[in-house]
Amino acid sequence: MKKNHWYDYLWIWSILYFALGFFNILFAWLGLIDFLLPLIFAAAGGNKFFCNSLCGRGQLLNKLGSGCKLSRGKPSPRWFSSKGFRYGFLVFFLAMFGSMLLQTYTVAAGAASLSEAIKLFWTFRVPWDWAYTAGFVPDWVAQFSFGFYSLMLTSTLIGLIVMVLYRPRSWCAFCPMGTMTQSICKLKNRAG
Amino acid sequence: MLSKRLAAIDKGRCVACGACVKVCPRSALSVFRGCYAQVDGDLCVGCGRCAGVCPAGSINIKERVQA
Ligand code: SF4
Ligand code: SF4
Ligand code: SF4
Repeated sequence: MKKNHWYDYLWIWSILYFALGFFNILFAWLGLIDFLLPLIFAAAGGNKFFCNSLCGRGQLLNKLGSGCKLSRGKPSPRWFSSKGFRYGFLVFFLAMFGSMLLQTYTVAAGAASLSEAIKLFWTFRVPWDWAYTAGFVPDWVAQFSFGFYSLMLTSTLIGLIVMVLYRPRSWCAFCPMGTMTQSICKLKNRAG
Repeated sequence: MLSKRLAAIDKGRCVACGACVKVCPRSALSVFRGCYAQVDGDLCVGCGRCAGVCPAGSINIKERVQA
């Protein structure tokens, strides 16, 4: 068996993140680490060390899927890993990220009021007002928290669904972070 | 003595996630510069564990072609 590293326990971080955000939505900002670290590794190191070793979500999906046998382990549909779907999903995801930033900006500019809710699958509004006391921080800081947490929760839920239906890490086939980092690595590699 | 079969990676389909690297009992796999997985043919014993976890279905176990 392979030796365990300290970073093999980062799946705990994945759970902790959602737990913290349940009690105080401002913790959602910590998710930016999971957003920036992979890009830094890819852009500076030209590697996928994040995906390959550090990603708590990948580890969690593996733990639940393989360890707890919650995955059917069936091969995922071929189109999951097709270039068209992967880049398409990345574009969609970035567009949703952009719209979340726009909403944050609108609140910052005073053109909209803070919405203390989580949006699941970009559609279902779930009240989340217990996790924030109005006025604690500027409204836009809170708005970003709700928006970012929604994005993290939605993508994790999609990850869990495809984990159950197919292989534990099926999500990784079209994970936007994975697609972005691999693309950066490929560009870097081609450039020399 | 090399095994009869070994893992072959479809580089165009591989998403470089590294799931295969983690399950290989022989440490025959690595992710090349974040681009795709590669197999060390001398180490691979063709057990197929990697093919079973690959989320992109980009690993096939093939007959080893003797050079
Ligand atoms: S593809 Fe996404 S979920 Fe999978 S290891 Fe990479 S960042 Fe994590
Ligand atoms: S077939 Fe077995 S030994 Fe060969 S690379 Fe895959 S997991 Fe490793
Ligand atoms: S598990 Fe599949 S997609 Fe992931 S690195 Fe290995 S061959 Fe590539």
